[in-house]
Amino acid sequence: MSESLIAETVQITGQGGDHVEAYLARPADEGPRGGVVVIHHMPGYDRATKEIVRRFAELGYDAICPNLYWREAPGAAPDDAAATARAQGGVPDERLLGDVAGAGAYLRSRPSSNGKVGVIGYCSGGRQAVLVACNLNVDAAVDCYGAFVVGDPPEGFPLQVSNLVDQLPNLRAPLLGLFGNEDAHPSPEQVAELDRILIVNHKPHEFHRYDDAGHAFFAVDRPAYRVAAATDGWERISAFYTTHLGG
Amino acid sequence: MCTYATVKTSLRGSAKGPDSSWFRVTDGTVYFDHPVHAMAEHTLNIDFADPSRGPSARVAVELTAASARDLVAAIQAALRSAPLALTT
Repeated sequence: MSESLIAETVQITGQGGDHVEAYLARPADEGPRGGVVVIHHMPGYDRATKEIVRRFAELGYDAICPNLYWREAPGAAPDDAAATARAQGGVPDERLLGDVAGAGAYLRSRPSSNGKVGVIGYCSGGRQAVLVACNLNVDAAVDCYGAFVVGDPPEGFPLQVSNLVDQLPNLRAPLLGLFGNEDAHPSPEQVAELDRILIVNHKPHEFHRYDDAGHAFFAVDRPAYRVAAATDGWERISAFYTTHLGG
Repeated sequence: MCTYATVKTSLRGSAKGPDSSWFRVTDGTVYFDHPVHAMAEHTLNIDFADPSRGPSARVAVELTAASARDLVAAIQAALRSAPLALTT
């Protein structure tokens, strides 16, 4: 655990060489330590997400969250940026991968890095964390209630999202999944299906499912917050990253 | 859940705010998803916007599903109460 932290806005090099804003929080000491890329939820690069980034720094990691809506709405308020990105169809998977790769490279380039980087995503970011673990070199991935990792989006879906079933055989990092049993996206049946696919493909993973919790149970500023699930979830995340990132 | 579903429509009209300023509205975005501010897990959200003026040219409304239906009924009732010649 780190008592003294430094938090700041930085620029990373994302997809296509674009400069993208990111929020970096890190312990004040020299390290070495692992890094965590936080993928924000659909409502954006908001205060609650930045609190999560700082919490990972407090847990002893260099943590960074790229602003996935930077291109559509540089400098805008997070809610306005999220609305703009939504109206334009959301974040394409290829761009997400490029931006997370840039964030991971930024962490690994820091003098404090031990070379290991994990990824975590919430809500839409949960799916994106799995996407990252199927396509990029990360050392651990955490999916917090990501929808459409399995299962098909409704017909006529306006956002650029598809399930990841065909990519799951390429999963290249251990996966921690945290899900609410009252969630509909992903439903408990979809979580079970994902579990089965990973078992069949011999992919190391660890799932925890919580009663009395639905979607977004980590969101401290929303009615969906569930203290028991969130507290246990944070403990699971901490232990998982200690194992895989050397935290 | 994140419904992701987004319904867009073109609009002609005006909205007030931010900064208490009026602006022309050109686009409406309607979706049922998590709110930013309303104390409900899901709400019907409407963005009245003019994208040409940037992301902040937006009036956002987050309504519970019941409130959204009440609003639809109120809008329809108000339109019905006006002479047909004025609303077509």
